[in-house]
Amino acid sequence: MKDEISEIVNVENLVYKKTPLMTDNILSYCPGCGHGTAHRITMEVLEELGIGEKTIGVAPVGCSVLAYEFMNIDMQQAAHGRAPAVATGIKRTWPHKIVFTYQGDGDLAAIGTAETIHACNRGENFVIIFVNNGIYGMTGGQMAPTTLPGMKSSTSPYGRDVHIMGNPLKMTELIAELPGTRFVTRQAVHTPGNVRKAKRAIKKAFENQMNFKEGINFVEIVSNCNSGWKMTPVHSNEWMVENMFPFFPLGDIKVDGELVNK
Amino acid sequence: MGELKLMKGNEAIAEAAIRAGVDAYFGYPITPQSEVIEYLMVEKPYETTGMVVLQAESEIAAINMVYGAAASGKKAMTSSSSPGISLKQEGISYMAGAELPCLIANVVRGGPGLGTIQPSQADYFQATKGGGHGDYHMIVLAPASVQEMADFVSKGFDLAFKYRTPVMILSDGLIGQMMEKVILSEHTPRWTDEEIIKLSPWATTGKPASRERNIITSLDLDPYRQEEHNIHLQKKYKEIREKEVEYEEIMCEDAEYLFVAYGSSSRIAQKAIKLGREKGIKAGLLRPITLYPFPSEAIRRLSQQVKGILSLEMSAGQMIEDIRLSVDCEMKVEHFGRMGGVIHSPAEALQALEEKIIGG
Repeated sequence: MKDEISEIVNVENLVYKKTPLMTDNILSYCPGCGHGTAHRITMEVLEELGIGEKTIGVAPVGCSVLAYEFMNIDMQQAAHGRAPAVATGIKRTWPHKIVFTYQGDGDLAAIGTAETIHACNRGENFVIIFVNNGIYGMTGGQMAPTTLPGMKSSTSPYGRDVHIMGNPLKMTELIAELPGTRFVTRQAVHTPGNVRKAKRAIKKAFENQMNFKEGINFVEIVSNCNSGWKMTPVHSNEWMVENMFPFFPLGDIKVDGELVNK
Repeated sequence: MGELKLMKGNEAIAEAAIRAGVDAYFGYPITPQSEVIEYLMVEKPYETTGMVVLQAESEIAAINMVYGAAASGKKAMTSSSSPGISLKQEGISYMAGAELPCLIANVVRGGPGLGTIQPSQADYFQATKGGGHGDYHMIVLAPASVQEMADFVSKGFDLAFKYRTPVMILSDGLIGQMMEKVILSEHTPRWTDEEIIKLSPWATTGKPASRERNIITSLDLDPYRQEEHNIHLQKKYKEIREKEVEYEEIMCEDAEYLFVAYGSSSRIAQKAIKLGREKGIKAGLLRPITLYPFPSEAIRRLSQQVKGILSLEMSAGQMIEDIRLSVDCEMKVEHFGRMGGVIHSPAEALQALEEKIIGG
């Protein structure tokens, strides 16, 4: 048995290994959640670009508040919504370092709206990874700025009535209009194909930061929240494809500072 | 020997920041402190010392920019006035929790609410008792002159990095706006990247293979570890109380009555003492230079000598609580002060001493 295992882990048989930029800590995310994949591909990109030692990440408040437990790089944890301001403070004073924020939709598109829009509009040179699952997951499934019309949550138990609760906010389309953004894209991580596309987008975002002096590189990842949505992981992904993607369509919105014509 | 200049208090803070080798200033305009960022934008230190100057979208963003820079080991500061400082409280609490050094200047105006743009000392509670949520304190320095506005910038950063804590310069619209002679110190170069990594090994400067990752956070979901962290913070504050108290005694040797006043009010108290002594009233002044830590021991010592204490503050009476605690309420301690942006006159201060302490 031992020989068999050692044969399997022979170097020539290895097709995949965990990036050393992920720690061995057990993820705090619900089984089936997209955060773990989004963490991993972000860290794989840093490893592949060889920039892990010069990268400083900023964790938000929300489900990924503990991102620093899993990302094996120097990290700061920001107050709710303030990550783009914190990242501005780092990047402005350490311009040769690589800086990114990792934020959820409540953090980025509600309480942090001002910080997000103004960091984007100033053309700060860092990466924003925006995981949008249409709900406040950490606090137990309340309505988010991205909750779809009619979608149920603990604070919209009969479904989001846009006449009372307002409309969901398409932050990614909004910031794409600003002159300070360089690369704006919306991706997903629910299938292997989408994971590869999302990773390519994240890589482009970090490469842009390395190659240019200014311009926000913004990668939205539409994700599921099976526990908050009260669905099985598989069902939540199907529901996401059927309901989230029509409202939050995948694809590049702005490339090299130019809006993509659709 | 430094350079002699005539400057506003707000300008002195800005010039002193450039000379102190500060790495970044993040601010947002508010009267009566906007000259700080205006001066910096005119001077363009980013072209000389490399100091970053950025006008943020809000006071909230500004303090969080300070958080990011400070957490990466840089000397970062912000300034504002009362309503703006209220907005910064969230960030200050996070920085106290995450043990980040920084300097915050509050050029206080009258409140509550939008209040007025005139000078006030009504933010004493907010500055010295915490201000934001949780058990924490800042070191609070109270300048009484334009010279001290300048001097307390480098002093503030020294304390901030010594104890890894936010430090506040608690000034007011009078000191911020008035012009006085000031001797500016020589330029101190900004720290190099290597010096930062050596001075602040805890800072997030990028994780080399040779060390574990650095994490800056105020979060620990385990209540027992969070309690340990709180105990650690309280030990730090105790050490600050033991080692960093600063005050000035003026004409206290023969004093029978004592003014306790800081900042602008201490200047007014000095004139009141002069007027009093012309009438044969022997009054002295204890001027706290640090408001946190508070000079309780000195006040207690002087309370053995004097017959009564008048706390002179441009507020409804906030510091008076610390004075009464200092003397265990065993002595007559009264308050006098104008509010809402009105500055008391020396004659009013002396009259209050005569009515509330001597005649009372």
